[in-house]
Amino acid sequence: MNRDLRNIIIEHNDAIIQNWSKEINKLKEQNYTSDISDELYEHNNQEFVNVIIHSIKGTGSTKLVKDFSDRIIQLGWPLSYITDGLLVFRRVATNIILKQVDHVDSNTANEVLRNIDSLVEPIIRQLVNEYSVSWEHVVSLQRIALQELSAPLIPVMDNITIMPLIGTIDTERAKFIMENLLDGVMRHNAEVVLIDITGVPVVDTMVAHHLFQATEAVRLLGAKCILVGIRPEIAQTIVNLGINFSNLPTKSTLKKGFMLALEITNKSIVEMNNKSQTLDELLGKSTGSEEDHENTDLKTT
Amino acid sequence: MNSLSYVSIMKEWDIVAARQMGRELSKQIGFGTVDQARITTAISELARNIYLYAGEGQICFEAIKTLDQKGILIIAKDNGPGIKDLSQVMEDGYSTSGGLGAGLPGVRRLMDEFDIETEVGKGTKISTKKWVR
Ligand SMILES: Nc1ncnc2c1ncn2[C@@H]1O[C@H](COP(=O)(O)OP(=O)(O)OP(=O)(O)O)[C@@H](O)[C@H]1O
Ligand SMILES: [Mg+2]
Repeated sequence: MNRDLRNIIIEHNDAIIQNWSKEINKLKEQNYTSDISDELYEHNNQEFVNVIIHSIKGTGSTKLVKDFSDRIIQLGWPLSYITDGLLVFRRVATNIILKQVDHVDSNTANEVLRNIDSLVEPIIRQLVNEYSVSWEHVVSLQRIALQELSAPLIPVMDNITIMPLIGTIDTERAKFIMENLLDGVMRHNAEVVLIDITGVPVVDTMVAHHLFQATEAVRLLGAKCILVGIRPEIAQTIVNLGINFSNLPTKSTLKKGFMLALEITNKSIVEMNNKSQTLDELLGKSTGSEEDHENTDLKTT
Repeated sequence: MNSLSYVSIMKEWDIVAARQMGRELSKQIGFGTVDQARITTAISELARNIYLYAGEGQICFEAIKTLDQKGILIIAKDNGPGIKDLSQVMEDGYSTSGGLGAGLPGVRRLMDEFDIETEVGKGTKISTKKWVR
């Protein structure tokens, strides 16, 4: 029976594809895919039905299935496109096969359904599997990308490093912050690290606790942390929470924090109204050809 | 009363979901930026306590109204271990987890009204309100 069924499907290939496309196009109007261009939609349907027919003929390959599911994911189409498509196929194929059978009693109908299921199920399984594997892959890549972004360290100048934090801090990220801070202090030989929390939406006791621990560890390495970017509403919330920040120097803005960092590291910013002159002073040699213009430069003392 | 909604707390990121829902609702009700931050932080504390000490529970939100005031009601409830010594827990610096112990006393200061019901072995229910000024 299974053999015959497969043959009937192959024989009526065209009719099945036609009916399937018609039904699938009907689905388009009422769901997620409605804003997709007709051409793209039809093109993918064509490929989809090809994948199904090839699998049933036994001429399909895992690569064919994988390529198809990869593309659906890349396009951002939902998994229900795949499951709907296969359910429609099951219905359409059943109808066409039942038309070929001379007289249909409930036994034949049952058997046809069962056999169709045994043909369609492996395809569903494989496609859904491929789809979820691709998704997991995407998610794990994003996770890595996110981790890379989660606690960056910018060595702005000798001994001064900035860690700008943006977004929610959870336990995992808090661990990263600590590791990166300590690693960065060693690697960049930092004397002062500015932690900028301008982009952290909520500073609760957990975030505060982790910041304290991180800064304490930094202190043990002989360096200093300055917390900057404290928005007014965050300052008020911290006061209400009753958290004591007196052991951690804080500044409202990165700029103010940076000035403090310069002070700590014995550096200063010097305004250079006459660049050539100051450069002369600095370097002890003539740079007379330099154009005069206003400039701000850093001088290490 | 209207706008009844809740977030289930099971994973750490559910805390963020609860915070976002609370922030959104308090914005709608008409709270200013500072009060939005206070409410969001209070939710964060309550949700994290559920996550840490009870394993799972719920944060429920409700927009509330009296004749002359608008506000938000937040209820944090769980079927966790409950709290043995309530008066101790409401003191600054008391923590069984090595935390700052500023969560619950902090929530009481961040919000306008604070009520806690707890039974050892049964669970904890914390209701807290804030009014728009
Ligand atoms: N929902 C709860 N169920 C059971 N015990 C709780 C619950 N919430 C709080 N507790 C207990 O109350 C103590 C104090 O809570 P509180 O939030 O004030 O501080 P904390 O969570 O220990 O530290 P943090 O300052 O980080 O919040 C906790 O250590 C815990 O033992
Ligand atoms: Mg707490």
